[in-house]
Amino acid sequence: MLTDKRSFVEMDRDMESRNILSFPEYEDKLIAAKEKSREKEAVICGEAAIGGSRVCIFAMDGNFMMGSMGAVVGEKITRLFEYATRRGLPVIGVTVSGGARMQEGMVSLMQMSKVSAAVKRHDKAGNLYIVLLTNPTTGGVDASFAMLGDITLAEPGARVGFAGPRVIEKTLNQKLPDGFQKAERVLECGFIDEIVPRQEQKEYLERILKLHGF
Amino acid sequence: MEDYEIVKGARSEGRLTASDYIKALVKDFVEFHGDRLFGDDRAIIAGIGRIDGIPVTVVGIEKGKDTKERIEHNFGSAMPEGYRKALRLMKQAEKFKRPVVCFVDTAGAYCGIDAEERGQGRAIAQSLFEMSDLKTPILSIVIGEGGSGGALALSHADRIWIMEDAYFSVVSPESCANILWKTTEKADAAAKALGLTAGRLYELGLVDRVCSSEKTDDLLKEIAGEIRKLKQLPVEDLVDERYEKFRKVGY
Repeated sequence: MLTDKRSFVEMDRDMESRNILSFPEYEDKLIAAKEKSREKEAVICGEAAIGGSRVCIFAMDGNFMMGSMGAVVGEKITRLFEYATRRGLPVIGVTVSGGARMQEGMVSLMQMSKVSAAVKRHDKAGNLYIVLLTNPTTGGVDASFAMLGDITLAEPGARVGFAGPRVIEKTLNQKLPDGFQKAERVLECGFIDEIVPRQEQKEYLERILKLHGF
Repeated sequence: MEDYEIVKGARSEGRLTASDYIKALVKDFVEFHGDRLFGDDRAIIAGIGRIDGIPVTVVGIEKGKDTKERIEHNFGSAMPEGYRKALRLMKQAEKFKRPVVCFVDTAGAYCGIDAEERGQGRAIAQSLFEMSDLKTPILSIVIGEGGSGGALALSHADRIWIMEDAYFSVVSPESCANILWKTTEKADAAAKALGLTAGRLYELGLVDRVCSSEKTDDLLKEIAGEIRKLKQLPVEDLVDERYEKFRKVGY
């Protein structure tokens, strides 16, 4: 939807998760996730054109184990940033995630470190990274590459935050204020550049890319 | 010991906290305060001193010892300004070519309305982002609880060490059991499945050394030796090796 017609070429599409820790019921969950999402993992990466500008793009899939990040998600996004760094291409990232994937233990948590380091290299080389936060972007994804964009956009009403609302409610033993962790409130708090509705996103990205000389 | 017992032990009162390690290992420690943006988070103590004669920057997540201290240090759960203070002082360490030593001990970053609205996610992300490229050696030691993103934020290091009776986990066993099996009663099974003990993490190649807290003199020598080794590397190699260290996790 964001990319020019027939311009998207997928990368690393066959990478699939393994049950590294022999975590109970993980294989079954992976099978169910593949059926539900019709994808092999919770992120799709590739190269495409937006308004004629070449970009690298990744889009997470909330239907695949709530967009959780395990080793494959971390590896695919890292590879995409490395590819983009080598070619001087911008990265557009569309996030949706419940956070790190528990079933992969510390391996999944450390994907936050791995991807953040790859974003840093892309950044240091002077490349553009635009994040589009969709509902919900939370946990380990919020606390890593979702919050590292040069330009941070969000869909209206998207939940954006580190801790889950139920956890906070339980910890504080109080009701959360209306609009808490909603994109509009997060923008007010200073962490989002603009809220962009779905039908305007492509044009918005085209404009930003052109302003960066692409 | 069962994995869940290790988790409970790592949380228990009477353990050595970051300030104990600093007292035992760091000479002439001078604490500095504040993130220069919002405030000073007492969950994180940070400053400079010497380890075996080497000038270092020290960052520790402090839980406090008794109830009064625990409240003062917010039970070792840091706010965004805590991570920003840590990062400010780590950037200073880079400037003055001091190695950084972090003592990690937290159930997790603080989760609250204020923490969220001041950007807890962004603060942790920035810590990972900047530490990945910090041009000075970093050694992080998990001394008790390595609770998820809040602990990871100070563990983007050249070497990650862990005490033999500490743990490091993506999620608490209770939350994990609650999410997967709708009951915290199965926390022991979750703890086992998560592979969060020092021994298991070492087997998985995710930590570099398992340490004992019994003899601080030995620990002091190990830390000093490692810092000296890291200091000898050309700084570009150091940063490249740090990149590769995390690059290969899971692949």
